Parts: sequence; structure tokens; C-alpha cells
Amino acid sequence: MTTEEKTDYSHIPPAVGCSNDGEPIIQVRNIRKWYQVNKALPFIGKIDWLKAVDDVSFDVTPGETIGLVGESGCGKTTTAKMVLGLEDPSTDGEVPVGEIYFQGQDVKTLTSAGRKEMRRSVQAVFQDPWSSLNPRMRVSTIIAEPLEINTTMTKQERDTRAGDLLAEVGLNPYQGNLYPHEFSGGQRQRIGIARALALNPKLIVLDEPVSALDVSIRAQIMNLLVDLQEEHNLAYILIAHNLATVRYMCHVTAVMYLGVIQEYGNTEAIFANPTHLYTNALISAALPSHPDIKREEIVLPGEVTSPVNPPPGDVFMSRTPLEVRKNHKYTKERPPLIEIGKDHYVVETPWSTVTGHDLSEFHLSVDETM
Amino acid sequence: MVKKAASKTTEKPTTKKSVDSDRFGPSTIRDEVILEVKNLQTNFTTKWGTVKACDGISYSVKRGETLGIVGESGSGKSVTALSIMRLIQSPPGEIVGGEVILNGRDILKIPERQMTSVRGGEISMILQDPMQALNPVFDINDQVGEAIGIHQKLRGKKRWEKVVDALRKVRIPAPQTRAKDYPHQLSGGMRQRVVGAIGISSNPDVIIADEPTTSLDVTIQAAYLRLLKQIQSETGAAIVFITHDFGIVAKMCDRVAVMYAGRIVEMADVREIFNNPLHEYTKALISSVPKLEEKTGRLPQIEGQPPLLYDLPQGDTFAPRSPLKFSEEDALIRPELVEAKPNHFVQLSRCSVKDFDKYKDMVSYG
Repeated sequence: MTTEEKTDYSHIPPAVGCSNDGEPIIQVRNIRKWYQVNKALPFIGKIDWLKAVDDVSFDVTPGETIGLVGESGCGKTTTAKMVLGLEDPSTDGEVPVGEIYFQGQDVKTLTSAGRKEMRRSVQAVFQDPWSSLNPRMRVSTIIAEPLEINTTMTKQERDTRAGDLLAEVGLNPYQGNLYPHEFSGGQRQRIGIARALALNPKLIVLDEPVSALDVSIRAQIMNLLVDLQEEHNLAYILIAHNLATVRYMCHVTAVMYLGVIQEYGNTEAIFANPTHLYTNALISAALPSHPDIKREEIVLPGEVTSPVNPPPGDVFMSRTPLEVRKNHKYTKERPPLIEIGKDHYVVETPWSTVTGHDLSEFHLSVDETM
Repeated sequence: MVKKAASKTTEKPTTKKSVDSDRFGPSTIRDEVILEVKNLQTNFTTKWGTVKACDGISYSVKRGETLGIVGESGSGKSVTALSIMRLIQSPPGEIVGGEVILNGRDILKIPERQMTSVRGGEISMILQDPMQALNPVFDINDQVGEAIGIHQKLRGKKRWEKVVDALRKVRIPAPQTRAKDYPHQLSGGMRQRVVGAIGISSNPDVIIADEPTTSLDVTIQAAYLRLLKQIQSETGAAIVFITHDFGIVAKMCDRVAVMYAGRIVEMADVREIFNNPLHEYTKALISSVPKLEEKTGRLPQIEGQPPLLYDLPQGDTFAPRSPLKFSEEDALIRPELVEAKPNHFVQLSRCSVKDFDKYKDMVSYG
């Protein structure tokens, strides 16, 4: 909406793998979200912290999609919620919480007008189209609701706009008079996308937008999202656990484990040369697209570790099949992301990457599992 | 020559005893049909009229084989499975025709009391949502033990041992302590394993798995699929795997049946389906999934929505979504399922099979 002069990015702290070249809309710097899970007794008790997100940084650039991948509980949804402003970053008070910048401005210092603009510019599409639309509202009302709150349009203008949006997402404008239950899953997801588009946003957070849909409809929705991105130069944050979807949709990928980004960079660079053991394990567990493709599975020992009081060092330490040297410095301090190729960053410790190892070392025969 | 081959197959009797000791894999399917579904029809009475949710389904599964049933929601794949188990609620549903032959007899004709021992004993089902399949107020021992108590008539310590055994079979760590847990104390993957343990506890001949992995993470899903394969190789059970994901089919199944609007539109060996799909719907389903192995260009997509079962198009139900060119008369012909190639069945219609002319002698229309 605002046609201001060039945004100033000079004050934003640098982060690994991030630059200000693409004039990012959202910049996330070292954000943390720690939840307190118990109350400590005075003087003797110890507070337990569930570290859902711990020191995550990335940029969101117009026209690009960043994918957050990982198992459930890895903090990808919490990260997205903080970008949406639905959760505030927080820690135990001693560690900095990190910052989120919207067009170069720290969201904590935004004026109320600035915050309003951010709310308009950042929208969301949710996973389950059955529970994200109000069953008592007509579709045109659902789509026009953001317009009612954020603009001064008249009822008639809003209805026209709702019809235009429906047409844009591939539905008929007259279908605005219907109720959500009269639509199939794919059509409902289109309605959700139309609602997100209503205020001409710059960024849409997509939380598993296709995983609740039928396979034959998924391609329709993914293609629609790609088309809309090209048309409006939209930025997307895509939360997914299906790696094939990520490879199809995302320009940048961040693989998360226990609230920490383990591998980050250009999607093709990562898929061409997956380096972190966890990324390799996720890829090896993905379903093949043809019966003749046999992937040897990499099975990490143990289950996803609890995010309550994670180790002070590398969070992946407890899952690695490789030997962890007791007094290595990364057992006590968080290892940083290291650039290992063009636009390709990975957390590098002696036990967390496949560098210098033959992948077959990690393949477990079927009987060894559990 | 032909006679010789025929006698060879009959000379190979398969007894249950040898099954247990043998290792089964995709390559060692026994030539013994264990479940045969013939022209199964299930109707539902709704306020919009009668819905043919399962409209003349026929397939058979051999011992040690995995048959994948693929289709969108509303294509009738779950209704078929529930009809086989005789779990269709009546009214509104009713099995109006067909046979389900399990171990040599039609289980649609046996009395309900006998059916209780068939269900869970000879044929069992693993449901999609482990949170709904398990009762939150009973511990794992109660729920796995219930099936064991009914089918193996065991009580007390013996039953407990069997429960622990079943949990061990699905690779639940520390089964003795886990058996005393309640469902909410387990993770999603573990819960799904418990549901699996109930399913396999009485060594069924057929396991119907109804999308058991849709609510699981990729890594957990991979482990669960591997587990099912292992159980199959240990017990020689036949698995009917209901899914909408061709990735699972590629990983798990020996044969595939693709369902659309209550009917099977194509059925063949898994490699045949992936390499030479004949029906446009199958082709579209396979090609519309993004690939992990390479960067794909724009995905081809199937236009339109799945049809409403109470308002089905006449004739070929796939015609309105088909990318092929055809006349209106062609669309009105109700196609038949024919064996276009050896062991490759397809619902032959000019609207949805590109090479229709190649096979048109097989049908009376066209």
C-alpha cells in the first residue's frame, strides 16, 4: 500500500544464509519460543523449559517460497505462528528472544498503523479446510470479512471483490451465495486461498495446505498457488512434511529438528547434495514415485527427543548413529550453520553430517530396527 | 503343454503349517486365493436417492499378496472393505448383491453369530485413526486382550502372555510396561502399532488396512509400512491396502485396483500400472504427484471434482473429467471391465482409454 522510499536494511543483524538483496518482507533473526512447563519451588526448584523454537533465522523474499520441513514437534508451526503474530517470541529472560522485522522494521517497535499494515500483508491458509471456514457464513461473507474490517469498501464493493476473488481461484462468482458445506475439500481450500488474497497480501503462510486433500486435487491447489505467486509476486512460507511437495514448491528450504534449523539453503542445492544425516533420513523415508525405485532406509536410533530441556549442545546428538565424543565442544555449545556450497548451509559436527561417510553405513537391515 | 502346466500348479498344495515357517516377500506369493470378492454391491438410501457406493466390485487376493485399492475419498474403497467385514450399518446401508468368499465359503451368507469369530479371527481390519480406534478409558492390555479373549478363548495369565506377544510382534519396546499404559500415554506411531497388534493378534488370513498411515509423520510411516511387510512375511497373511497415495502403492503393493465412483476402473500388477497405465484416471493420478527424485516442471492436473455419488453422470462416470476427445453418445455407454492384456483389467470406454480402438473387439459397444 505504501509507496515509501527504499527500505533501509542496514540495521538488521546479519544471519547465516541471509542477505538483503531481494528486499525481504519478513526477516526473522535468532527468534526463540520457550514455554515454561512447570513451576519451580522457591530456591531449590528448577524450571523446565520446552524449547519449541530455539535460535531460528531466515528471510522471506517476494516471489519466493521458503519451506519449513521436519517431523511433528520440530517447531515449524510455532515459527510460522510467530511470523503471523499469533505467538510472541519468548525465553527465560536471560537469553535474548530474537527479532522479527517487517520491511526492515522491528515488529515490536511498529506503530499501530504499521502493525495494521503488517496484519494486512501477512495472511494464512490452514491445513484443514473443514475446520477453517465458519459453517454459518456464506462464502462471499467469509471472503469479504477481512475487507469489512480493514477497508472502507461498501457492501456492494465487497461483494464484487469477493466474486472477483472466487473467479481468481477458479470458482464461479455465483458460488459466493453458498455455504461451506456445499463444497468439496479442494473447493474449500480454494475459498481459504481467496480469503487470504482479499487484502492483497505480500506474504501467505501455508500450513500444510494440501495434506488434507485428495491426491487428484493436490496438483490443482499446488498449481493454483504457484500461479498466484507469479501473478502477484507473493512470498510464501510453506510448512510441510512431504518432501516432494517441498521440492516442487519451494525455492528455499529449511530442515528443522527440535526447534533448530539443521540444513538451510536453495532447495535444489539441498536435494542435489543432502548433507545433514537428518535430511538424509527424511529423504530415505519418503515414498517412492515408482515401484522400481528402492530407497535404502536410514533409520535414526530412538524416537524424537523431548524438546523439554534439550541438550545445551547440538540437539541432534541424541539421535545420531555416529559416535559422539564426550568432550567435544559442540556437546556443550550450539554448533553454527556452515556454508558448504553455494546457497547451502548445514550444521556441521563430527556426528551430524554424512560428509566423509558412505551412505550405506547408515542403512539398517530390516530386522535390526527396534 | 498347457495341461502339464495346469497339473503342476494343482500339485503344489499349500498347508497352513508350511506357511508359518516360510519367508514371504513380494516374490513368494502363494498361488492360493484366500479372499475372493465377486460382484459386490452395496447401496445406501439417502434423502437424495439411492447411492451405489460399491457398484459391482470383484477382486481376489492370494496368500502373502498385497493388493492396493486406490481412489479418492468417496470412491467407495472403504465401503467395499466394510462390506467385506459386514460392518455396514443397516439402514441406511445394505449389501444388495455379490459374494465374499473367504477360505472357501461365502461369508455374506453365514449367520451373524459365526461372523463374530470370522471378523478379527480370519479377517481383520486396521483403521485409519488410532485415536478413534482405541478406547481412551481402557488400557492397552484390555483392548488387545479383548480380541484374544474372543478368538482364542484365553483368560488370565495366558491371555496376558499373548497380549505381550502381540505387542512384541509389532515392535513396541518394553511391551510388559506398555501393556499397562492407556492410549493417551503413547505417541501416534505407537498407538497405530497397538491398533496393528489388535489386528494381527489372532493371526488372520487377511488384513484390511484402511489408510493406516495418513495421520503419521513420514519417518513413522516408513517404519510402520516396513512393519506390516515384516508381519506379512512372518504370517503369510494377505493384505488389502486401502490408500489414496500412489507412493504407498509403489512401496507396498504387488497388485493395484484403481477405484472411481464405486467401480474398479483399472486393475493390474503394480509395475504394469506404473509403466503402462491404460485408463486416463490412473495416468493422471500417477503423474499429478510431485516427484522427490527430480525437479519436475508444472504438474499435470486432473480437472474438475470427484463426482457426487447420488448424482453420477450416466454411462462412463469419468467422462466429464477426461482430457480425451469423444462424442456425447460415447459418454452415455456404460463401460465394462475387460482383461485388455493378460492380468491387466481396464474399464474400457472411448472416453477414458486412449487406445480404445486397439481393444474394442473385446466389448460389444464402440
